[in-house]
Amino acid sequence: MDLLKSSFKEITEAVQLKKMSAKEVTQFFLKRSEQIDKKLNSFVIMNEKAIQQAEQIDQKIAHGEVVGPLAGVPFGIKDMLCTKGLRTTAGSKILENFIPPYDSTVVKKLKNAGVVVLGKLNQDEFAMGSSNETSYFGPVKNPWDLTRVPGGSSGGSAAAQAARLTAGTIGTDTGGSIRQPASFCGIVGVKPTYGRVSRYGIIAYASSLDQAGPMVSSVEDAALCLEVICGHDQMDSTTSQKSVPPFSKNLNPNIKGMKIGLIKEFMSGGLDPDVQKTVQNAIDELKKMGAEIVEISISLTDQAVPVYYLVAASEASSNLARYDGVKYGHRAHFESLASLELDEFYSKTRGEGFGPEVQRRIMLGTYCLSSGYYDAYYNKAGQVRRLMKNQYDEAFQKCDVILSPVTTSPAFKIGDRISDPLAMYLNDIFTVSTNLAGLPGMSLPFGFSSEKLPIGIQLTSSHFDEQRMLNVALALENVSSAKGALPNV
Amino acid sequence: MNPILRYEWGMIDQKTIQQIAKLSRLEVNDDQAQLFSEQMSIVLNYFEQISKVQTIGVEPMITPTEIENFWRDDLVVKENSSEDMLNNAPARTGNLFKVPPVVG
Repeated sequence: MDLLKSSFKEITEAVQLKKMSAKEVTQFFLKRSEQIDKKLNSFVIMNEKAIQQAEQIDQKIAHGEVVGPLAGVPFGIKDMLCTKGLRTTAGSKILENFIPPYDSTVVKKLKNAGVVVLGKLNQDEFAMGSSNETSYFGPVKNPWDLTRVPGGSSGGSAAAQAARLTAGTIGTDTGGSIRQPASFCGIVGVKPTYGRVSRYGIIAYASSLDQAGPMVSSVEDAALCLEVICGHDQMDSTTSQKSVPPFSKNLNPNIKGMKIGLIKEFMSGGLDPDVQKTVQNAIDELKKMGAEIVEISISLTDQAVPVYYLVAASEASSNLARYDGVKYGHRAHFESLASLELDEFYSKTRGEGFGPEVQRRIMLGTYCLSSGYYDAYYNKAGQVRRLMKNQYDEAFQKCDVILSPVTTSPAFKIGDRISDPLAMYLNDIFTVSTNLAGLPGMSLPFGFSSEKLPIGIQLTSSHFDEQRMLNVALALENVSSAKGALPNV
Repeated sequence: MNPILRYEWGMIDQKTIQQIAKLSRLEVNDDQAQLFSEQMSIVLNYFEQISKVQTIGVEPMITPTEIENFWRDDLVVKENSSEDMLNNAPARTGNLFKVPPVVG
């Protein structure tokens, strides 16, 4: 079996039929990381207990016990998700030595399904970034071109998966942090509907936008992973009580008669020609398969970036207030606490612990929420956000699934945009509105640029309708020239 | 009146940065304040465009999907020991977190 290409199903079947042990599968991926990750910097820490976890699965199988649907599949986990006993940093100095006393619900569910945790994956600090350059643990390199960014914030997940250092990975997406790196690295990334996946144990950035999801090698693997991680959790009151469909069983590439929406405002100008061509190829293929293409308008898309950053920064400034150097995390060094002013204690600790992008967003949020500015910034952003969601609701009266670019261009060079925050924020133009409206969205590899860099396309569907989005993705994956492509690292 | 109010959209000078930094409990030196002032001015200047959207009477949206109330029994569940929770403390004395004087 070629583990560089195997699906979750193939791995689990091989492990269950004892054609290959979970331990052997795990060793294969650990060895690959050891050989290749020096070039990529995708892992922050490896799980020393990975082999032990794999052996436990093998023992269960040997004893004829029932194992989960992902038995023996090795995953890398973005360092935003708490893993019991395994250091979790959010890519930040302030959590450099934090060892969570519990598992996030997503990780717990994956472990119950038989997943082996290989280690924790690099990311932008607190998921604030679009290039993985804000990580305290250094930038991640794109496996397709080591001089380029893998995207962000889930850059470690995307790079590791593209180079097949993992069988699957989990990322988080607040404004595109799953879909944009998935596109830059040529893998499948799904951000589920807000409320589908529990946020319990996921380090909070912007609570009304954050969602975790799979970053994997195929639509089928994504569907299987979603089945495992979705669902109501009593530890997160914002999770939906809606039942989770058997996404993988329901997968159906027959999309004849389905209405695919194209957002008029996204298709006009500013697009890299290779990206434009990739989207056009997808449109042509969809037409060939009998789908109907409909033009829709979300006129407020030009407001999406400001609204997103105002909302996200405001929520972040509140969420990150918990890092105070008292209960966990970094604390600045003080000779004596006895005569220390409390404010100095906090300010020095936080000034040292947070990197510049996190500080910028905390301050932006604090400013937007301060009295006198609350109405003009935070409240106003919330109003425009509602109007934008209403426009999406209207659009989904006319179409089933929306097709759009993920980014304006393929992966850019490391260092190109990091000193210009606004240029970096504008990268997110096509992805942030999905989060603002709480919609499910995904990125599917669908082509390459003239420089052999992967280009993805984005699919979005209405609330809790991941299935239709996955079905369109499967139909396109079947004809994608980028299917199964591996970088040469 | 809040002193920040004197400033216009997209005009974040160093003094304002220091004031926001103080509210954010972040120690920021003069060089950082200078850089943040330039960057935040550019960003906020761009963001000003949202003021042009007509939003009279629109209820601000704070969460994207409708949240249903979920009830559960209020039971005590033992999940972690106090030792588990204190293990990550930067400084402790016995079962207590060590902090600077809080009441003067």
